[in-house]
Amino acid sequence: MTPRETLRPYRAAFASRFLQMLQYRTAAWAGFATQCWWGGIKVMVLAAFYGGVDGAPAPGAPMTLAQAVTYVWLAQGLLALLPWLGDPEVAQAVRSGSVAYDRLRPVDAYALWYARSAGWIAARVLPRVALMAAFAALLLPLAGLAHWAWKPPAGIAAGAAFAVSAVLALLLSTSMVMLLNIAAAASLNERGINALAAPVVIVFSGNLLPLALLPDAWQPLLLLQPLAGVTDIPARIWFGQLAGAQALEGLALQALWTTVLVAAGRAAMARTLRRLEVQGG
Amino acid sequence: MRHGAMGSLRLFGRLVAASLAGQARYPGSALMLTAGQFLATGVEVIAVWALFHRFGEVQGWRLGEVAVFYGLVNCMFAIADALGRGFDVLGTEYLRTGAFDRLLLRPRPLALQLMGQDVRISRLGRLLQGLAVLAFGTMQAGVAWTPGAVAVALFALAGGVALFLGILVLQGTLSFWTVESLEVANILTYGGVQAAQFPLALYARWFRRVLTFAVPLACVAYYPVLVVLDKADPLGAPAWLGTVSPLAGFAFLALAFAAWGLGLRRYASSGS
Repeated sequence: MTPRETLRPYRAAFASRFLQMLQYRTAAWAGFATQCWWGGIKVMVLAAFYGGVDGAPAPGAPMTLAQAVTYVWLAQGLLALLPWLGDPEVAQAVRSGSVAYDRLRPVDAYALWYARSAGWIAARVLPRVALMAAFAALLLPLAGLAHWAWKPPAGIAAGAAFAVSAVLALLLSTSMVMLLNIAAAASLNERGINALAAPVVIVFSGNLLPLALLPDAWQPLLLLQPLAGVTDIPARIWFGQLAGAQALEGLALQALWTTVLVAAGRAAMARTLRRLEVQGG
Repeated sequence: MRHGAMGSLRLFGRLVAASLAGQARYPGSALMLTAGQFLATGVEVIAVWALFHRFGEVQGWRLGEVAVFYGLVNCMFAIADALGRGFDVLGTEYLRTGAFDRLLLRPRPLALQLMGQDVRISRLGRLLQGLAVLAFGTMQAGVAWTPGAVAVALFALAGGVALFLGILVLQGTLSFWTVESLEVANILTYGGVQAAQFPLALYARWFRRVLTFAVPLACVAYYPVLVVLDKADPLGAPAWLGTVSPLAGFAFLALAFAAWGLGLRRYASSGS
């Protein structure tokens, strides 16, 4: 078989889940409204700590207020990218027993779920990030609130590197969602696992607060841990804090963690599925 | 059969006990969900702490003082969220399934039945977290818990529970029209907690107005906490304001129940 044919079932799985999730327009609008509110509060609080929009730059701050504001909007726009939930369809399949059909398909089970989960994430991220950009990057400056706006990338190179980094973030996030899926399959209950995963993800991805604003002593570890690749690395590339060789290092780190987590996921999945008892009924 | 207030209250107690006992049958899950709530609501503490760690103080507010706001608001929401879950999921779990008709048939107050329906153990996670932060704030800011301060704090707590419950009742009311639970209300519940855990004085003027007059979070959090902290309002509000402003929370709940009555009148069973 040609690679094209081999990949076809996975492409189809991605596309069908992607198109299915795109139908939930109300959910996208609701998410967008919530994230505007959240982003607005975060921006106001950050501005207060920085000493106001026209105040002198805060001493010792690792990024300017404008960069921090851009980071907030970017992180809000990419919120659905965060791997804090397993794909509900996988958990549902395990609980209802329809996972048995997946086991019968002559395809790689990990790759099939991976493609589906990636489609699930991408379809939730794209409309929200587009709405958020329209609001924070276009509407806010037009409304005369330019200092609270989502600024454009540092340059063409930064924009291009960000695009690559965003795709890598999707692949990395999917590899983490797969681990949550597998844990849900192993325990037959996703709620407890999701509840514990969410806070960890929010802190270490940078969604809560730009990682650079956390204490300086934590910085080396914060940059190396895998969740930085989901929000923080793309954001730093966007406003040029990681440029040139450093940007490449960031991208390499994202790719490295994706490879490691995919390998871990495959091993865990093989073990779980061997032991899986299909639920009847 | 007695239909008096005592009978209703006893029934409410039994509903609560039954829903707690049901969750206690799965202790592992209940424990994990509680721990998850504790952590999930606790991560905000990290953001607040890290910002103070890096920037020192913000417009004259110190970490301990902000911790008092933060702790009190989280306690309010934890209690309201435990009581208001029935309204939160009204659309998906009661209206669409037709289970609401069963509640209507019972000769007991509807609101009480909904409040006692699904009291989550896991909400303890947020409550404990809020209390812990409040204790930390007390030590850091040197709060003197005089009887007067305790009274104001309890009054604010009651007003805050009423306000957040009112928001959940409004969310439930909306679902009489939409027949689904709208997550947009999360803006006012979770988003309200987020907004009220910092001093009002930090925000832009239009946002302060929203939080004072539209959704009176400032009345149940900002002004009473100023009294507790014995601190003058940098915006110049009189000091006595915080001792009466929590009443706004009860007024909000009363208005929410008025709207609820309107929604209930146009309710038609989904027939399933």
